Amino acid sequence: MHRGKGMKFVGDSRVPAQKKPNIPKDYSEYPGKTEAFWPNFLLKEWMVGAVFLIGYLLLTIAHPSPLERVADPTDATYTPLPDWYFLFLYQLLKYKYAAGDYTLIGTMIIPGIAFGSLLLAPWLDPGPERRPSKRPIAVGMMLLAVISTIFLTWESVVTHDWEKQAKQGEIVEANVDKDAEGYQIYSGQSCIGCHGDSLQGATGPSLLETEKSAEEIMGIAKNGIPPAMPANAFEGSDEELQKLAQFIVETAEANK
Amino acid sequence: MLQRIYDWVDERLDITPLWRDIADHEVPEHVNPAHHFSAFVYCFGGLTFFIVVIQILSGMFLTMYYVPDIVNAWESVYYLQNEVAFGVIVRGMHHWGASLVIVMMFLHTLRVFFQGAYKKPRELNWVVGVLIFFVMLGLGFTGYLLPWDMKALFATKVGLQIAVTIPVIGEMAKTLLAGGEIIGAQTLARFFAIHVFFLPGALLALMGAHFIMIRKQGISGPL
Repeated sequence: MHRGKGMKFVGDSRVPAQKKPNIPKDYSEYPGKTEAFWPNFLLKEWMVGAVFLIGYLLLTIAHPSPLERVADPTDATYTPLPDWYFLFLYQLLKYKYAAGDYTLIGTMIIPGIAFGSLLLAPWLDPGPERRPSKRPIAVGMMLLAVISTIFLTWESVVTHDWEKQAKQGEIVEANVDKDAEGYQIYSGQSCIGCHGDSLQGATGPSLLETEKSAEEIMGIAKNGIPPAMPANAFEGSDEELQKLAQFIVETAEANK
Repeated sequence: MLQRIYDWVDERLDITPLWRDIADHEVPEHVNPAHHFSAFVYCFGGLTFFIVVIQILSGMFLTMYYVPDIVNAWESVYYLQNEVAFGVIVRGMHHWGASLVIVMMFLHTLRVFFQGAYKKPRELNWVVGVLIFFVMLGLGFTGYLLPWDMKALFATKVGLQIAVTIPVIGEMAKTLLAGGEIIGAQTLARFFAIHVFFLPGALLALMGAHFIMIRKQGISGPL
């Protein structure tokens, strides 16, 4: 920085009154022609950005972002799935030597080595050569890591049950008359515990798709379906049972 | 008029060197796709930045409707998605942007790696870049919980179960993130704070360092 006696400043600030010329960085030893960033190159970058933005917006419009039903911590049947870019880590933990007694290998050692060496790459590959062909070990390791990541993600995708995934998270908008007398009986008895507050099912199956008649439903409520549904689940009067069965049939009809 | 306003500010604050660092510099031919089409690989970093800007803007709009508590979180997202004008677009851009930014950052990392552009004197910039990568993964992990739907809750449960297996710090990390024994109200509040304040703060600081180092050193030369 220029300093010394005789310097002129703007007022009593330390901003020099005399402007120095701006000399941009010198790229003259690089081959070919340079181009001014502002405004020539920036305009081209804007065009690439605009094309990218159009694709991005089309994707957004064509595939609205997913929303599953509200989180229910009591649902033990739900199969979890992370977002796609964590699938490779998730899949790694499914292999024998990265799970069970060897969990530490899958959760810490392999990811630790992979991400640690990514972070320290400049010191693991310190030579002056930049061409990939001149540093086969570093390039080979990176290719191996990329291929493994793609392979693990692929394996995770093909082994996952996507139909079940879509079904288990679906938002069920059941048309259930919660003021009906039948619903009072339904929620007063133990039915609601397994079949859900909108008959949508939880640990028990959904009643919204049932095609059974009222008589069959009365029989099931009394005798159960072994082993999942116990017998004598219903503990009310015959008249209430009749109303309950009628309510379930009507609700299933309304939701067809 | 504009020139006079500029001169007025410049006389007092000497902003020209700043302006030069941001805009008034030259772009060498080997990184310019107008001259060599294969130079499109140099776009990935810029596109990553572009998506980050979109993520910040769309995220700011999302917080106008989102309510970070377990009773209202899902309802607020559902409302945003189905009732609010253009809500589906804003949430869609944030959702897809989260995936696209990972893809672009991955491609940018591979470009820098295979060209050996992380070598002396650019080691520090590479380290900062990898830290940005980690922060991005953290943003993805914490943001996934916020809609408070089934996949969000159970993916977070699994993620924290994995964290616990790491000796010594695993348990502490889980307590710090979950705010207690169960994945519940406290966890959602913490993930929201981490996703909206802590990690974006770290991201902006790291990106600032990333860009200052690029301007200081200039772009790496041709192979």
